[in-house]
Amino acid sequence: MKGIAVSTTVNGDAVEFVCDARETLLDVLRNHLGLTGAKEGCGTGDCGACSVLLDGQLVCSCLVLGAEVEGREIETVEGMADGDRLHPLQKRFLEHAALQCGVCTPGFLVAAKALLERNSNPSESEIRYALAGNLCRCTGYDKIVHAVHAAAGDLRRQQKARKKRKAAG
Amino acid sequence: MAAADTDRRRIRGGVGEAVPHDSAHLHVAGEATYTDDIIEPRGLLHLAVGMSSKAHARVRRLDLDAVRASPGVVDVMTAADIPGENNCGPVVHDDPILAPGLVEYAGQALFAVAARTYEQARRAARLAVVEYEELEAVLDPLTALAKGSFVLPSETLARGDSRAAIDAAPRRLAGRTRVGGQDHFYLEGQVAMAVPREGGDLYVHSSTQHPGEVQLLVARAIGREAKDVVVECRRMGGGFGGKESQPALIACIAALMAQRSGLPCKLRLDRDDDMLMTGKRHDFVIDYEVGFDDTGRIEGIEFMFAARCGMSADLSGAINDRTMFHCDNAYYLPNVTIVSHRCKTNTVSNTAFRGFGGPQGMYAIEYVIDEIARTLGRDPLDVRRRNFYGTGERDVTPYLQKLEDNVLDEIVDELATTADYAARREEIRLYNASSPVLKRGIALTPVKFGISFTATHLNQAGALVNVYTDGTVHLNHGGTEMGQGLFTKVAQVVAEELSIDLDRIKITASDTSKVPNASATAASAGSDLNGKAAQAAARKIRKRLVRFAARHFGVARDDVRFERNRLRVNGQLIPWEELVRLAWFNRVALSATGYYRTPRINYDRKTFSGRPFFYFAYGAAVSEVIVDTLTGEHRLLRVDILHDCGASLNPAIDLGQVEGGFVQGAGWLTSEELCWSERGELTTHAPSTYKIPTSSDLAPDFRVRMLESGRNREKTIYRSKAVGEPPLMLALSVFHAIRDALSDGRGRPALHAPATPEAVLLAATGGGHD
Ligand code: FES
Ligand code: FES
Repeated sequence: MKGIAVSTTVNGDAVEFVCDARETLLDVLRNHLGLTGAKEGCGTGDCGACSVLLDGQLVCSCLVLGAEVEGREIETVEGMADGDRLHPLQKRFLEHAALQCGVCTPGFLVAAKALLERNSNPSESEIRYALAGNLCRCTGYDKIVHAVHAAAGDLRRQQKARKKRKAAG
Repeated sequence: MAAADTDRRRIRGGVGEAVPHDSAHLHVAGEATYTDDIIEPRGLLHLAVGMSSKAHARVRRLDLDAVRASPGVVDVMTAADIPGENNCGPVVHDDPILAPGLVEYAGQALFAVAARTYEQARRAARLAVVEYEELEAVLDPLTALAKGSFVLPSETLARGDSRAAIDAAPRRLAGRTRVGGQDHFYLEGQVAMAVPREGGDLYVHSSTQHPGEVQLLVARAIGREAKDVVVECRRMGGGFGGKESQPALIACIAALMAQRSGLPCKLRLDRDDDMLMTGKRHDFVIDYEVGFDDTGRIEGIEFMFAARCGMSADLSGAINDRTMFHCDNAYYLPNVTIVSHRCKTNTVSNTAFRGFGGPQGMYAIEYVIDEIARTLGRDPLDVRRRNFYGTGERDVTPYLQKLEDNVLDEIVDELATTADYAARREEIRLYNASSPVLKRGIALTPVKFGISFTATHLNQAGALVNVYTDGTVHLNHGGTEMGQGLFTKVAQVVAEELSIDLDRIKITASDTSKVPNASATAASAGSDLNGKAAQAAARKIRKRLVRFAARHFGVARDDVRFERNRLRVNGQLIPWEELVRLAWFNRVALSATGYYRTPRINYDRKTFSGRPFFYFAYGAAVSEVIVDTLTGEHRLLRVDILHDCGASLNPAIDLGQVEGGFVQGAGWLTSEELCWSERGELTTHAPSTYKIPTSSDLAPDFRVRMLESGRNREKTIYRSKAVGEPPLMLALSVFHAIRDALSDGRGRPALHAPATPEAVLLAATGGGHD
């Protein structure tokens, strides 16, 4: 089997890897790049545990082939924090106890990030429907929805502050 | 000022504080290491399992040539290659690791393949040529019952004279109901990695709630002894009982292949294989006959339970015992006969699942109570209250344990008030009167759940606490972490006992070489048992330190006081790390083991009597639903829960258990349906066909509270109560709210669980009463 050489960007870093034509992006992330944040919950696009952003679009990495990501940009949970500074979503998940076993958490964080980039002020019910593709067997979701709602507020406030600073400076 | 001062004195992360899960910061960073995330050792082989496609057959020929020849394949193994015992059954040795010529369910492991990659192993496993001689398959509990096909003998528990009481009662009802099974759907599937060590020893990473059992079964399978095998589990991605006995199969296969090849081997089940190969919650057929008076009070009742146990005993004995122990739920049954059949079917062997048979027992009695209420045209809540256990009278369970901690009335009264039950029931009546298609329904159901393993000997635990010379602490115990927050809670106990901040304590992986012979983390007993064992260990060290300090500083022991991260000796303050260093220098042992066994329990399995439970956990829930009677679709509108966690060790974690348990229970009763083909193949083996609740199924109005006066009467760890399983059964309120909507004040809807839209539609369009 011949390997396919792929150059791509992962969490802002240029990355090259060689993969088999049948390997999924999830396999590549986990097995070649050592990024095990994305999980395989089903392998068929039904659980969201493997969620990553591909050129800003939310995708199930188990449904994307590694060879497809040539020249594209991938964001995973590992790239969410800014060094030691957690993303507001991460902070709120911690604060709201929005996780138990934690296997679904990376997928939820990435999916929620995609949602908030689309809609900075979602209602609770919009959050519930937007995240319905991510399964969690532990929490019952309520705390997750509240955490995302709170983080949306944080992000809006951050944005406002940034705008103000820009206007002032 | 004063408040700030006490705050500074109080340790951070002590008992009762809502600190985050100990791994939460790793979870949100994607850095928490689950078994499949462990950096793979050099030469690792990936395994896959070849499964039977028949439910019951003799294997005439198993041709594995094509499997062996497949790219990347290194080795193939069948039952004949097992050097030790071919068994992964936890109690009865009737569960082969690899089927030895006879297959008893579709999905049973026949052989294992080792290959260079996961993909190669999985592809190769499909290439086997198997010739079967099919045998008659028993595919449901009623057929098994008719044929006398059982995994274990049937049991009967009888108190009083139920027959006479039913015959003499003013009113009588008899019927049959069914309750479905449930797949655990832990988000992390079953996985184990076995790594060879010198001299043929094995180190096994297993995603398991019961490392000690995996250790023993692996040792026996490879023909070695417990001392030759170490099993470790840092965390699971969900367990719910599905990783109590089931991981042994996975770990045994990985271990056997590691032993053969001398290389590290990992077996991770793909979701479909996981659902096909591993056991689930038992589904039941339940017959009942009940005699009651005009107010709905039960005078006599008889139950017949027929459980689908699958092809082997697994944990079915204890599970069905618990069904018998919970078919009273919150109600006093003066005359009762409970017959329990443990049916052997040619389907996967069913196993532990949150509630461990209790939920099915409670389903039965709640169903009967609902039927009684609808027969009498009374509010089901009135009939429930009419039958509640009393205090001082009507307080003895069918297994003769006296209820000493009954808070049913307190909880139900408070919840009925805060949830505005009466007003909403009236409002719903008015709504339904003018709404011919959409119908709303409401129900309040209680939970009383017995805490302790029913097998008395399992109620013991051990812990190990090491204090290092820099003052940091290493904590280990026999419990396992599956997301429920056990590790956090036990660490809070140790922080409290040593009077040091929680962040000085390192919580470490469950490990059979540190704490041996631990029971499974199950029966909701994790914090009760391991918290106490860790407390005992920490107290030993604390005592030694006090004794040492008194001697060293020449004061009485009473003059030595622990404060936050320091010791006060008369007027002098000694920082904790200084104290520890001093103690070490003066040759004080800074490591201790702790042990605990639950007091007051004793129970005679032969007569089903005694005190199987240390105490009971209580709760209640009100659910309101709306049902579309033309499509059968239903939505949860509002849920109110009041649950007794005792004096909670960690309210954030406990609330999470209550919410998660409730939603999981709602899935079991309303959306999760296991289906088999007429050949006994499970047809719902992926999330595409098996529907667990999603965030869009959530009640928009979800109000969960803990009982404020909660405090365990028994001397449990800081008077807390177990909270893992009981909340699951709060979801019976959802099922009964749907029944309420369908009944619309008239008649008994023919609705059994799970109340899928299909089932609801059938019931709404008069599928007839069963
Ligand atoms: S693993 Fe990709 S959606 Fe489930
Ligand atoms: S926290 Fe376990 S699946 Fe969501």
